[in-house]
Amino acid sequence: MNTTVVAQLQRQFQDYIVSLYQQGFLDNQFSELRKLQDEGTPDFVSEVVSLFFDDCSKLIDTMSRSLERPDNVDFKQVDSGVHQLKGSSSSVGARRVKNVCISFKECCHVQNREGCLRCLQQVDYEYKMLKTKLQDLFNLEQQILQAGGTIPQVDIN
Amino acid sequence: MARDGGVSCLRRSEMMNVGGIESAPLDLDEVHVLAVDDSLVDRIVIERLLRITSCKVTAVDSGWRALEFLGLDNEKASAEFDSLKVDLIITDYCMPGMTGYELLKKIKESSNFKEVPVVIMSSENVLTRIDRCLEEGAQDFLLKPVKLADVKRLRNHLTKDVKLSNGNKRKLPDDSDSVISSLPPPSSPLTISPESSPPLTISTESSDSSPQLSPVEMFSTSPLSSPIDDDDVLTTSPEESPIRRQMMRSPGLD
Repeated sequence: MNTTVVAQLQRQFQDYIVSLYQQGFLDNQFSELRKLQDEGTPDFVSEVVSLFFDDCSKLIDTMSRSLERPDNVDFKQVDSGVHQLKGSSSSVGARRVKNVCISFKECCHVQNREGCLRCLQQVDYEYKMLKTKLQDLFNLEQQILQAGGTIPQVDIN
Repeated sequence: MARDGGVSCLRRSEMMNVGGIESAPLDLDEVHVLAVDDSLVDRIVIERLLRITSCKVTAVDSGWRALEFLGLDNEKASAEFDSLKVDLIITDYCMPGMTGYELLKKIKESSNFKEVPVVIMSSENVLTRIDRCLEEGAQDFLLKPVKLADVKRLRNHLTKDVKLSNGNKRKLPDDSDSVISSLPPPSSPLTISPESSPPLTISTESSDSSPQLSPVEMFSTSPLSSPIDDDDVLTTSPEESPIRRQMMRSPGLD
């Protein structure tokens, strides 16, 4: 094991994950999820977030169809979709996605279709952005493990 | 598979049959939790949280499936479900079809399962909702997103219940119907952060999903005659503010 390479990668990982918290992509719940991962379940976090992103994709699709026709919007259905999205984003620590959902819910309540469409677009953007960022993070993890190192514990509190 | 994905698990090999037919008999000391949540992501997370704290878990996606699992979906009580051992039911509040509250009521109305503690989870911190659930007999109310410290706390209380119901039917000197388990630690009224979780450690951070723990052994010396640890002293009655403290945990969640 090349300890210099491992140390460099670990440092890179640490800096990257801290930046994700600082830029508001992730919140404390993500670190809670990381606590649940260990040598026996090294892919727990990536599997959960993968399910979350699948969820995002499906819900955004459904909501998009509900919002399609201006004269016939089922706001209850859209609200239900937002509620689910808000819940799962909260459970994985996807902070920005969750925050958009809060505004999104408001738009549903006042039946603002334009507002809903904007929020929908934003939620789509945010989840895809997070997906890319986390993919980079997980790649770093893999590199560390392949170089024979361990993933650093990062305390963000 | 013949039955659909009402039961979810990351590792398919560990999936349990929803029909209530266990593949192997459960160890009497093992804590079995039935988790109910319509969100797949939340089910996976709660399942992991419970497994990491040494519980055996069955996760279902609706109140109906939960009733089906418990054998409560028929009018007549089913004899085979007498032997089904469920030590805790943890359910989401907001679910389509049957809410967690409705599920709670049905469980409390059943003869087989009314003694099983039911914990409600919700992403919304609504006092009236919390009160309603507690009045209907819910053991505890957890604010989502659920954290490891929350589940560890539940697990601590549950172990004492299991120990008491397995061997020792004595009640506390107090008049409370439920045992110590209904009280969260009476620490600061605000955030119960992971750092301040009860000092009573039940070495739950094992790396595999079925550790050989016997946490009940820690309470072998007259658990009822003295406080077990600082956090579980019965200083207030169950109706009082400890649950309000629970509610106040994360005011800024929404």
